Amino acid sequence: MCLAIPAQVMELLGDGMARIDMGGVSKAISVALVDDVAVGDFVVVHVGYALSRIDADEAERTLALLREAAAMETPS
Amino acid sequence: MKYVDEYRDPELAKGVAARIAAEVDSGSSYRFMEFCGGHTHAISRYGVEDMLPKNVAMIHGPGCPVCVLPVGRIDDAIRLASDPRVTLCTYADLMRVPASRGASLLKARAAGADIRMVYSTLDALRIAEAEPAREVVFLAIGFETTTPPTALAIKQAKAKALRNFSVFCNHVLTPIAMRAILAGEEDEATPLDGLVGPAHVSTVIGARPYEFVANEYGKPVVISGFEPLDVMQSILMLVRQINEGRCAVENQYVRAVTRDGNARAQREMDEVFELQESFEWRGLGMVPHSALRLVEAFAEFDAEKRFGIHTVAAADNPACECGAILRGAKKPTDCRLFGSLCTPETPMGSCMVSSEGSCAAHYAYGRFRDRSRARMERAAS
Ligand code: SF4
Ligand code: SF4
Repeated sequence: MCLAIPAQVMELLGDGMARIDMGGVSKAISVALVDDVAVGDFVVVHVGYALSRIDADEAERTLALLREAAAMETPS
Repeated sequence: MKYVDEYRDPELAKGVAARIAAEVDSGSSYRFMEFCGGHTHAISRYGVEDMLPKNVAMIHGPGCPVCVLPVGRIDDAIRLASDPRVTLCTYADLMRVPASRGASLLKARAAGADIRMVYSTLDALRIAEAEPAREVVFLAIGFETTTPPTALAIKQAKAKALRNFSVFCNHVLTPIAMRAILAGEEDEATPLDGLVGPAHVSTVIGARPYEFVANEYGKPVVISGFEPLDVMQSILMLVRQINEGRCAVENQYVRAVTRDGNARAQREMDEVFELQESFEWRGLGMVPHSALRLVEAFAEFDAEKRFGIHTVAAADNPACECGAILRGAKKPTDCRLFGSLCTPETPMGSCMVSSEGSCAAHYAYGRFRDRSRARMERAAS
């Protein structure tokens, strides 16, 4: 029920709506809950509404931390 | 898909699993509750439990609004939908949840009730506009993730002066539920060591509302994304906090969650909703200040007022262990009905309905693993 999907904003449609791409599927959703959404932004989409923007830098930092943890020497 | 696939990389998962194994203290045990059904689903689907050391146990929590909705409220919805004037709009998850006497919304629809599945509150508004002669009622359910969309729909209905639209509100609050779990947990024999905190709920309310868990209950919380690597990294973060004797709210899901959340969404919720004195949760009973209702200014859109709904508490199927499972006290396999009388095709309890419910997740992915593990253990002995 609370699963949301990352999607990219392709076009602003006005009236708080936007056309997004969800892994190849195109859909019109509401972006009225997120301030200043721009074309190209990634947003978290749930039940037809964007809930938050995905921060590309933070996403990269999370991956870097994961790679670092995975690569750490394991004492044997 | 971007921001999905990277967090499912199996090689990276193996590396993180090795790190967790290297860092756990083999002399202690770690019991973590994942509050959200989304985590339960990811853990089952990607076999996260199999990658964890034996002394790290995941306990499934109550984090699914569908699973915690009590029978009495589904009875109300069915009664509402049976009114010939009413078109009931609902998210698909709710269609098969068992109500009293074996009823469900799906069966009510087969019997002629006008029940329509919608993807979004926007669809419900569209139906109300297109069919002014019908009383369109949106069956609103969900944690803080789905609440702002309901708030916006109610505001739009008011702006458009839609007279035939109303909302049957069942929105509930996660921090309060977490408090109820922790308070009840004080008498359980084996306490939790930490919690994996909600992902998408937190995009709205932020990480801050969980700080009481660390401050008052002395348990670490890591807000975690729903992909398998997110969950594994969060488990590593919890293990580290415990090993270092720390206890804080940490945020693994920094790409989408901030400490304060989405202020705009919070404003929309505050404008339209207020706290109810008390609300019944499946598994937790009556929990004070745990649910929302419409404020007076939007009372005309409140279906409970418009249709005079007075909820009568109804008992769960007595053999169903959903309640104990939602509190983290039992596992799906502890239920006598699991996999025999109760399956996703014939659910007897709510936990078997949605793919994020503990029983459904275990039925879909876990039971084969149980069987092969049992076989391996037999072969070894
Ligand atoms: S159906 Fe799933 S997401 Fe919904 S409440 Fe149940 S477990 Fe959670
Ligand atoms: S197996 Fe079915 S009846 Fe048993 S606890 Fe799960 S949902 Fe309830």
